[in-house]
Amino acid sequence: MKVIAKRPESLTQQAFHYCPGCTHGIIHRLVAEVIDELGEGGPAVGIAPVGCSVLAYEYFNLDMIQASHGRAPAVATGVKRALPDCIVFTYQGDGDLAAIGLSEIVHAALRGENFTVIFVNNAIYGMTGGQIAPTTLPGQKTTTSPLGRDTVLSGNPIKVCELLATQEGPAYLSRVSVHSPAQVRRARKAIQKAFEVQRKKQGFSLVEILSTCPTNWGLDPLKSLEWLEKEMLPRYPLGEFRTPGGEENGSL
Amino acid sequence: MAGKGKLTIARDRCKGCGLCIHFCPKGILKEFLELNRLGYRPVSLEEEGECTGCGICALMCPDMVIQVERGEGA
Amino acid sequence: MKTRLMKGNEAVGEAAVSAGCRHYYGYPITPQNEIPEYLSYRMPEVGGVFIQSESEIAAINMVYGTSSTGARVMTSSSSPGISLKAEGISYLAGSELPAVIVNMMRGGPGLGGIQPAQGDYFQAVKGGGHGDYRVIVLAAASVQELYTFTLLAFDLADRYRNPVMLLGDGLLGQMMEEVEIPQDLGDDNPPGKPWAVTGCRGRGRNIINSLYLDPHKLEAHNRKLQEKYKGIMEREQRFQEHHTEDCELLLVAYGTAARVSRGAVDEARALGIKAGLFRPQTLWPFPNRGLKEAARRARALLVVEMSSGQMVEDVNLGVQCRLPVHFYGRMGGIVPSAGEVLEEIKRIEGGLA
Repeated sequence: MKVIAKRPESLTQQAFHYCPGCTHGIIHRLVAEVIDELGEGGPAVGIAPVGCSVLAYEYFNLDMIQASHGRAPAVATGVKRALPDCIVFTYQGDGDLAAIGLSEIVHAALRGENFTVIFVNNAIYGMTGGQIAPTTLPGQKTTTSPLGRDTVLSGNPIKVCELLATQEGPAYLSRVSVHSPAQVRRARKAIQKAFEVQRKKQGFSLVEILSTCPTNWGLDPLKSLEWLEKEMLPRYPLGEFRTPGGEENGSL
Repeated sequence: MAGKGKLTIARDRCKGCGLCIHFCPKGILKEFLELNRLGYRPVSLEEEGECTGCGICALMCPDMVIQVERGEGA
Repeated sequence: MKTRLMKGNEAVGEAAVSAGCRHYYGYPITPQNEIPEYLSYRMPEVGGVFIQSESEIAAINMVYGTSSTGARVMTSSSSPGISLKAEGISYLAGSELPAVIVNMMRGGPGLGGIQPAQGDYFQAVKGGGHGDYRVIVLAAASVQELYTFTLLAFDLADRYRNPVMLLGDGLLGQMMEEVEIPQDLGDDNPPGKPWAVTGCRGRGRNIINSLYLDPHKLEAHNRKLQEKYKGIMEREQRFQEHHTEDCELLLVAYGTAARVSRGAVDEARALGIKAGLFRPQTLWPFPNRGLKEAARRARALLVVEMSSGQMVEDVNLGVQCRLPVHFYGRMGGIVPSAGEVLEEIKRIEGGLA
């Protein structure tokens, strides 16, 4: 018998605090598996700012830094400039990256900083209890948009990959999802590619991963996956928005 | 093909989200009736002989509850 | 000993390089722009990193990242920019990360002005950011001290795993003076940094963190910090005295205000007034012991600041309110003249007679 699925070495034994069915856990595992594959070449430092994944330093069996809200790309810049041969990644949520930390992510991308961003987009603020996020869909109900997101009042959802793809700095930009086994495998490939881009010192890489928040969406874990597929995919199309070779594939 | 897989389920780590049950192509994963230490109804493999070891349950599990082994040549 | 004519802001930049600092992150703001300008070419010369960041917030978080790896790192700004860095300074203190932060103070509040001021005393000494933390604050009064205190700041930061703030003001940053470059550039044997995050495998993993959700653990963490601060208060009080041995009127001033006060003391002495000057070089820890000693024969104290009198509180605590503490200050970017201070000395002296 051959073990084909087990806990990756780059994760500790600590059980995740995430809610049942929250896909953060899947994404943690994918990142850890990819770091495992880097082997000796992959001494890694992870940076987790404020958000549901603020406790990521408990889970990744790596040197870890907990950072302030939105600032992980600046912290990662400081780490990578001091340790250019070390694999560095940030793990950020959508409120963190696309609201309070928008300046830091854009400028890290513009500078082409050679680290990898794992950007988890679940269209809501999870940790603080389900408030409207910059990625919340029009009409989506949250605790601070109880009647649904009114774009006149709260603006429109931000498309991070599309935004960054208008600029010259980034080397790799990809949006994936984890709502089905096939999509999880694709997400894993995108994460692999992003870390490979970094290992080859090709520059800034970001993988946006559409993720669920069953608790704050008010849906069970399965219905959450369906909602992600039905509601989020049309607004956040999957695909590669930038590759080092230039062979973008907007329809993965 | 059937009967080549072996699952080791860390029942007390399961949060009963049901994603593995939904995605199991053989439909052989079920919710266990007894609550686990966390207070959830954990997943359980009903018909051991039917598991092919495809690994989809582990792929979709957010909490790495399931370790999958597959027989050689499968 | 080598001497060089240097501008204050450049002295800070060059001293940082001498201290082995190879990472500088900052955002332009007057009156400290010569620091980033100097380091933008000096850092590449020594194989270092200079980044003009997108904001002060980004700069202090880059500092946080580089400090996490164990490398020496510095940022600089002026008053409004330090306010933006306050969150990051609190995180540095909470995570016990060494870092040097330079504040060339200008007038406030708000956007204020760009002329020299000392209105950030409370911000520097009493916290500035959230939580129970302390930052070691060095107050330079000359270009020479900007140089030597920058060296010292890196040593203290590493020794105590704590952010250190170097306080100057627009005047000190802009002026040129001769600087003696010391042979001794600081700690010969700086402490190792086994806590640093380097991505190494083959050792226990390191975590840089200031989050403790368990209140008992957070309290224990705070107690440990307070214990460290107690040690700093015990060991690191620094000050300089001028004519304090027999003084009846003791002036207390730091930075540019101390330079002016020194001139006023000398003029007062020429008039036969027994004035003296006590100049704190560390604002936190405040040199209480030295102040008490210097004030032993004094009948009154006069605090001179380029603010509304923020240090007055600490001076009162220092002499335990046993003596009258007068205050003379200018605000808004106005540097008081020695003549103005002398008039105040004469007025107080008249009351004592």
